[in-house]
Amino acid sequence: MSLLTPPRITGSSVRAGDRNFRFVTTGAGLTVLGVLAAIAAFLVWQSLPALQNNTGNVVTNQLWLPDADPPQWGIAVLIFGTLWTSIIAMAIAVPIGIGTALFITFYAPRRVARTLGFIVDLLAAVPSIIFGLWGLYYFMPEIVPAAQWLSTYLGWIPIFSNDLDLYTKSILIAGFVLAMMILPTVSAISREVFWQVPKGHIEASLALGATRWEMIRMAVLPFSRPGMISAAMLGLGRALGETIAVALILSAVFDINWQITEPGGNSIAANIALKWGEAAGNGRSALIATGMVLFFITLVVNMTARWVVNRRKEFSGAD
Amino acid sequence: MPIARQTPSARVRAPRVAVLLGAASALLMACGGSNTVNPAIPAAEAALAAGDIECIDGKIQSAGSSAQANAITEWVNVYQTACPESTIDYQPVGSGAGVEAFVSAQTSFGGTDKAVTDEDMDAARERCGDNPAINIPLVGGAIAVAYHLDGVDELVLDPATLSGIFASDITRWDDPAIAALNPGVSLPDAAIAQFHRSDSSGTTANFSDYLEATAPDAWDYDTGKEWTAPGGQGAKGSDQVIASVAQTPNSIGYVELSYILDAINAKPVAIDQGAGPVLPTADNASVTLASSEATGDDGDIVLSIDYTTQVPGAYPISIVTYEIVCVSGLEDGQNPELVAQFLAFAASDSGQQLLGEIGYVPLSGELLDAVRTSVGLVVEGAGR
Repeated sequence: MSLLTPPRITGSSVRAGDRNFRFVTTGAGLTVLGVLAAIAAFLVWQSLPALQNNTGNVVTNQLWLPDADPPQWGIAVLIFGTLWTSIIAMAIAVPIGIGTALFITFYAPRRVARTLGFIVDLLAAVPSIIFGLWGLYYFMPEIVPAAQWLSTYLGWIPIFSNDLDLYTKSILIAGFVLAMMILPTVSAISREVFWQVPKGHIEASLALGATRWEMIRMAVLPFSRPGMISAAMLGLGRALGETIAVALILSAVFDINWQITEPGGNSIAANIALKWGEAAGNGRSALIATGMVLFFITLVVNMTARWVVNRRKEFSGAD
Repeated sequence: MPIARQTPSARVRAPRVAVLLGAASALLMACGGSNTVNPAIPAAEAALAAGDIECIDGKIQSAGSSAQANAITEWVNVYQTACPESTIDYQPVGSGAGVEAFVSAQTSFGGTDKAVTDEDMDAARERCGDNPAINIPLVGGAIAVAYHLDGVDELVLDPATLSGIFASDITRWDDPAIAALNPGVSLPDAAIAQFHRSDSSGTTANFSDYLEATAPDAWDYDTGKEWTAPGGQGAKGSDQVIASVAQTPNSIGYVELSYILDAINAKPVAIDQGAGPVLPTADNASVTLASSEATGDDGDIVLSIDYTTQVPGAYPISIVTYEIVCVSGLEDGQNPELVAQFLAFAASDSGQQLLGEIGYVPLSGELLDAVRTSVGLVVEGAGR
């Protein structure tokens, strides 16, 4: 730490450039903090009216009637849907993303690796409305037979069962589309991390007679674990906040439903997109309140990721 | 300014294509708007020839209901094409915000789904310099129930069955209640995929009002802009509802009339309230509006639509939206003459005929006469 901090120059030897540059960088840092604080203050201030006159329990109520008289609304359904779609997306995207990164880094011939890496990065450049429309009009009809198969043969697992005999607009479909959206994030960061594994570790394990799989298992993965966690967390951050693709695909009913092949589900961001246009004063205030909840969930997710990364860094054995 | 309009039906027919077309037309407009042909030209020429448009120069601001936005936009296009020196701006901000903007004197008139009454009306009078303010119903509409059943060309439902389906009490197409209304039709042994709006919408409010009024036994959920009945699937906007119905076999959903007109795979349900099945068409909905009871004094017209109507050929799920205007007392800066002449054009034969062409419902009969009398008061109040 102290090695990185140059001794402070004092007295007449301080150059104007040094001083000014320090002010500029400090200012830039403070601006970010200021913006974040302003957003938090705005969210709290705007959401207070709806929080005060809500006659439902804000945490457990499963209705959304903030403009009714008396207003009654809660965030239970929205938080459930937000987390549940994101968990499904993570379950699909993290293994595939890390697998892709491992293939690109350790298995693929150089030319294939470069092309594949480029294509995965390209996936990140596709706007989310495109993912939404593609998911709704092309992917959904294609995945219905798969969902039927899941409910027929794996229906004994509660989350796959389907009592309605309807398979469209489900959390499963939204999860798949979200997974595709976060795949480039997970894959790109994992790839960066795998590149940073010390060559010495890799060569040492190979020299000791390890196969490529053993080398990855014993040298690469332990070293990369914090990086992979932060990759997954950054993907989770995007999945939690994804708006328009989810708004288009999910059925957006106000109901907590674990069954991922049935129509249903909702999320905080999608709900804001769907309800904002026609919401009156109190409705908008309630929507901002849900936005505040999402803000803090995202904050907690990112802080947890940082904490995990920092905690693991000491034991990673980096040289 | 030429505005390239895209009819709702085109969006309905092929959403993927429509997205591409939208992008392409945006590009075209960016490259040079002069290439696009203004579709409002023939309508403007016809209206001028019929003497339905009197040009007033200047600019007005207005705002309100999004349900009537396409109708107002169409009128504005035609009026501005005929009168290049006038500009009419209508912001579809929603009814509540529209009335608020009018009352606080930010706009020259407001559009609203529900007639302005009571305290809001007092505020509106005050805004007009203590002169009368009136509701004028100008735009009629209808809500169609669209279904997708392969091999079934005609489907009849009554209010109780409709409520049962949308309340998820009736969940299969071969339910005895549906079969009884459709003798000789082979209904599939399949689950009903029911679609409703996932966004807040006046269409949802009107449709649930209708269900509550006509089938109170089968429908005991809240009415309002949010869909509160259990089950079913939500879709964003009427365009997504009709697209979902078109794409999903054995499905049903409710949309604004314009979305059903050219839809492929989705057909309109005929509603039978005791006087025989009636299909949703502009003419059939116009019958309902014309036979509805109008109240209000001194030019103010508030329509109470009889959802339980038994008039032959009347399509019951009809709606009307209003403009809230000052009879007199609008500040000169807000151009009362332009407001009056624009409303006069909207209420004219040319104006109302345009409504039918874009999926709204033209007014007719005594109702239209009453509306023109009210508009006449505004024209008079504007000093011409």
